[in-house]
Amino acid sequence: MSSKFVMKGMIGFYVFLFFAYLFGPLLVMSITAFNTPNYPQAYPFEAFTFDWFVKLWNHRAMMEGLHNSIIIGVGVVAVSVPIGLAASIVMNQIYHRARGLYYLVTVSPVLTPGVIIGISTVIFWKDMMGLTDVTKGLFYKGIVLTILGQSSFIAAYCLLIIMARLQRFDRAQEEAALDLGASYPQVFWHILLPFLKPALISAAVIAFLSSFENYNTTTFAILADKTLVTVLAGEVRQGTTPALSALAVIIIGFTLVGAIIYEIMRRREERVAADRARAAREAERQDLGAGALAVQAA
Amino acid sequence: MSRFFIFLIPVVVIAVFWVMSRYEAKGRHDPTRKSFLERNGTVLGIVFIGLVAFWTLFLVALPYLYMVQESFHPKLPPLKRGGPDDFLTLEQYRSFFVEPSSGDWNTNHMSAFVFSILASVGVTALNFAICYPLAYYMAQAGTAQKVRLLMLGLIVPYWVNEILRAFSLRLLLASKGLINQAIMALGISDTPIDFLGTDTGLYVGLSYAYLLVMIFPLYNAIESLDKNQIEAARDLGAPWWRIHKEVVMPYAKPGIASGCTMVFMLSAGSLAAPLFLGGPNTLWFTAIVYDFFFQAFNWPRGAAYAFILLAACIFFVMAMLRLFKVSLGETIR
Repeated sequence: MSSKFVMKGMIGFYVFLFFAYLFGPLLVMSITAFNTPNYPQAYPFEAFTFDWFVKLWNHRAMMEGLHNSIIIGVGVVAVSVPIGLAASIVMNQIYHRARGLYYLVTVSPVLTPGVIIGISTVIFWKDMMGLTDVTKGLFYKGIVLTILGQSSFIAAYCLLIIMARLQRFDRAQEEAALDLGASYPQVFWHILLPFLKPALISAAVIAFLSSFENYNTTTFAILADKTLVTVLAGEVRQGTTPALSALAVIIIGFTLVGAIIYEIMRRREERVAADRARAAREAERQDLGAGALAVQAA
Repeated sequence: MSRFFIFLIPVVVIAVFWVMSRYEAKGRHDPTRKSFLERNGTVLGIVFIGLVAFWTLFLVALPYLYMVQESFHPKLPPLKRGGPDDFLTLEQYRSFFVEPSSGDWNTNHMSAFVFSILASVGVTALNFAICYPLAYYMAQAGTAQKVRLLMLGLIVPYWVNEILRAFSLRLLLASKGLINQAIMALGISDTPIDFLGTDTGLYVGLSYAYLLVMIFPLYNAIESLDKNQIEAARDLGAPWWRIHKEVVMPYAKPGIASGCTMVFMLSAGSLAAPLFLGGPNTLWFTAIVYDFFFQAFNWPRGAAYAFILLAACIFFVMAMLRLFKVSLGETIR
């Protein structure tokens, strides 16, 4: 009994330490965002201030970077989700001897260091777009290259997410629709796509967030432009200001709100599912009752 | 331009597979089998194939191949490219071993390379040691409610980007940081300890950045293990460490391999932690590559170094997978 108690205490302590390691630095950084000294300082806490948030708002380069980051994020979602969807459908139907190579090519960007993806994107597209002056003027831009570079591995994330759901697709649904006279494109639009919708949404969310926070690939592919993260990296290299902590506080705030909304939605979904299951049991019992009555009547 | 011969490689590979599939279809006549275009409708089928072709060729295969061929060229100003000076050469790879300007052994870059690989191995081992107990607890002992809360707690810090997380560690570990304040207040040391200069900050930063990448594969692998197996081992009198060594770890091997591979690759290729948390004398290999692009403007040499890094990583990961008898397919899920 007592050894079990000690064991439990030790596990609890370990979990506590782990999360202290995970959250401690972020917590300390958040405190510095509200403290007045120029150097980010958590202790001693001199006076409470919102100045650093105002400074952040007035930071021109950072706001410009944020603008670009959002454009790139939307672009990456628009490119990688359709690619991920198409690639997962091809994965299911591909000639089986080619599947191994196809799998290797499609997941290799996940394992390749981001730095190398960025470098190869720039070297390749510089010559590709440099072929004619028109394409060079139109497309040889940091934003375009970043979308291309990031999509190469984010599309693989989308593929893995969508594949996971596609594998649970019941082919009988497709056959039923075909028997009832639907064409193949109709099956895709009215049956497969609605079935994949949750996976498509989570793929889009993951794609946007991965694009938004990416540094390794972006720092090469962005050329002379900037994103929020590259501006941030420049600032951290030059020195430290509590305005960066203020930005972190905002990001943590958004993430927490997102997490809470997600948790609430999960709970509601579970309650609905539980209600439905109870209703089904109820209906079944009534059916049985009706059946018994019918038997008696006969 | 001679550089475009790399376009032939994917064309040849695709042609070989196409011929093979034709050949097989002819040998095994199956009237119910439909072609890809028939199964998806002509328009949709073409769109699918087009998207996949664009991705695998123009975003994945060709850029890699192009980078590799660029690394076999000399550094030239734009106008001279494609001219008579633009020949194939091993000069860039040679420069990794022998510094071209002095003719001496390039110990600087070689030691940076070895250091990056060894430090990444160390960080991988450290993260495995930190994450395994928690993953095991979450997968086997925790209640569903608790596990979901822990999961959320794990994910929230992950969405704060790498740069800001490195920044937060720098605030903690700097000579004026909270940890040094505490050490001096407690009288453990009179002078601040230089965590960043001694690379402690770098190791902590790398470990901190990739904790989650380790914990999720471990959790997924251990979660599906039948509790009865552990019970049985315990009933037969196995001590706790033997249960882990002989029941849990062999079962979770694909997850362990997956987590370790990812953490190793990410650390070896990381740029943010070495730039912001490394000591002033620390040379990280990706930082050298970065400088070739942005300070020396020597793209071919940067490409050669990038390829050396990639080849070393792939070799290392393959060797580890072979050693632990896990296939690549099991690793990426």
